[in-house]
Amino acid sequence: MNPLNIKMPKEKKVSYVINIFGVLAIFLLLVLVFESNFLGGRTTYIKGICTTACYTIIMVASLNLLTGFMGEFSLGHAGFMSVGAYSSAIVTNALIGSGIPNFFLFLIALIIGGFAAALTGIAVGIPALRLRGDYLAIVTVAFAEIIRVAFCNFEVTGNGKTMSGIARLSNFYWVFWVMVVCVTIMYMFVRSRFGRTVKAIREDYIAAAASGINVTFYKVLTFTISAFFAGVGGAIYAHYMTAMIPTNFNFMYSAEFLTQVIIGGSGSLTGSIIGATFLSALPEAMRQFSQYRMLAYSIVLVLVMIFRPGGIFGTYEFSLTRILKKLLAKIKQHKSDDKEKHS
Amino acid sequence: MSLLIQSVVNGLNQGAIYALIALGYTMVYGIIRMINFAHGDFIMVGSYTLFYTIPLMIHAGMPPWLSLFVAISVCVFVGVAVEMIAYKPVRKAGSMSALITALAMSLFLQNLAMVLFGANPKSIPAIFTLPVLEFFGVKIQSKYLLTMSIGIVIMLALSIFVKSTRIGKAMRAVPQDKQASTLVGISVNRIITTTFALGSGLAAVAALMYCSTYPRATIDMGSMMGLKAFVAAVLGGIGSIPGAMIGGILVGIIEIFVKVYIAPGWYEAITYGILIIVLLVKPTGIMGKNIGVKV
Repeated sequence: MNPLNIKMPKEKKVSYVINIFGVLAIFLLLVLVFESNFLGGRTTYIKGICTTACYTIIMVASLNLLTGFMGEFSLGHAGFMSVGAYSSAIVTNALIGSGIPNFFLFLIALIIGGFAAALTGIAVGIPALRLRGDYLAIVTVAFAEIIRVAFCNFEVTGNGKTMSGIARLSNFYWVFWVMVVCVTIMYMFVRSRFGRTVKAIREDYIAAAASGINVTFYKVLTFTISAFFAGVGGAIYAHYMTAMIPTNFNFMYSAEFLTQVIIGGSGSLTGSIIGATFLSALPEAMRQFSQYRMLAYSIVLVLVMIFRPGGIFGTYEFSLTRILKKLLAKIKQHKSDDKEKHS
Repeated sequence: MSLLIQSVVNGLNQGAIYALIALGYTMVYGIIRMINFAHGDFIMVGSYTLFYTIPLMIHAGMPPWLSLFVAISVCVFVGVAVEMIAYKPVRKAGSMSALITALAMSLFLQNLAMVLFGANPKSIPAIFTLPVLEFFGVKIQSKYLLTMSIGIVIMLALSIFVKSTRIGKAMRAVPQDKQASTLVGISVNRIITTTFALGSGLAAVAALMYCSTYPRATIDMGSMMGLKAFVAAVLGGIGSIPGAMIGGILVGIIEIFVKVYIAPGWYEAITYGILIIVLLVKPTGIMGKNIGVKV
């Protein structure tokens, strides 16, 4: 009777456990690599790249909620990121001397950043989401530019100059878990009733509206959630970089996130994770050819678009459970084959 | 009073530049429904061509404005090449891929320019040496009047071209119905390429106008200006040629007036704010036509 009393299916429980172990294994591997001093003097540098990859993953995955699952593209995601970055930096600057442990300060910063961006998301989303397609894209650019100009003119955000001296709270181990939590929540959102509704709107918004879905509500909801996580990403960014200038969050930065979503595969969070990791590590790896790396990047982008317009992963999602199941089935098959041969 | 007139002239000059760029956006968008983000970078290409060819022209004893024709041919070549190599293969893959390809081409052109010309801004030699005119105590640079009239003449010529020539009619027919225009014997691909060539040529003229006002060529000059010109095109109603002109001039005048009279730091925000308001009130822009959605 009571929906809460329904027991979680056993399979789902098992898959949760498997996934937790998978994430833990990746984490422990990274800890091992960093702590064993295996990389020597480059440890801090590689750690920095990994932190960058983590907040890029949050940004790209949150943009994928809009692009892949709602089917509308935003070119102003860096604007929400900057709202999160600046609001969290202002709050931590005010709280830094008050004896709150760093970890909680970091959490507060993330939450403040997220909620500030989410509020902006509601304010932007309600008018902007009346438009669709290219018009929506250009309006999100316009809003992001307005946000950037506003931060250039406010006293508290440095008056257009660099805002520096933000406490360095983001360390890789915390950021990794924040990333895991964010991606998990987004994944759960996509698979929930809300996520399915949003996908229905993507497929055909007129049909969705005709079958009783409040299209505007769900669009604004998704937009807000996306903005929330962009704010969280921005808060990590601010407390990792410790100095920032509004022009960092310009149109090209938003465009970079969108290209990563599309290259990874719009509609696949796996694609976002791999795409963000790969594309934020690639420029670093090619640093010795620094002049040509952006050139190569743009050529790769065009080639992907020509030969795989749906992105590298399309809408495919990686599933540890499924792979384990397949492996087990194969082993069983193998064993029974052996038995048949022997008998 | 003199400040007001000067602002009007400055605004019209700025607006004419935006309008020329917006025309390129609007024609391409009108025909293939794609925001050509690389269009702004064609201006950069044109400006660098001017930078390298003006000294040659002066050296050869010819007037410097002749290098405009070199710039036009380089821009047309780049525009058509971009369309043939990058845009044509993704045209059927949907608007998202087209958008990303356009962004990638913009990135590509900027970084190619970075590799070829270096990151330092280049200052462009004076193209026109014309006196400053004075009417009733109001000083007006006559090169502004010249660039403005070049802009107006080109826009008029373009309107006539699109309205009454065969190619122009074909350019208007293709966006209405691609299949029907193929049936009546229009080569759609050739028309699209022609549109790109025209748009890129206009970008070269815009580069000349821009460089005679602000004599500097930088790698990223195209992207910001391109964005604003696109805003102008959307404001006027994308796909419509008079709309692009009105939108461009509106954006130019608003920008200069906000800079001079209201809040210098906020002029970009106000331009974008006006775009948002216009789109919310009339989603197709000032001159745009409303098209219902078929269920």
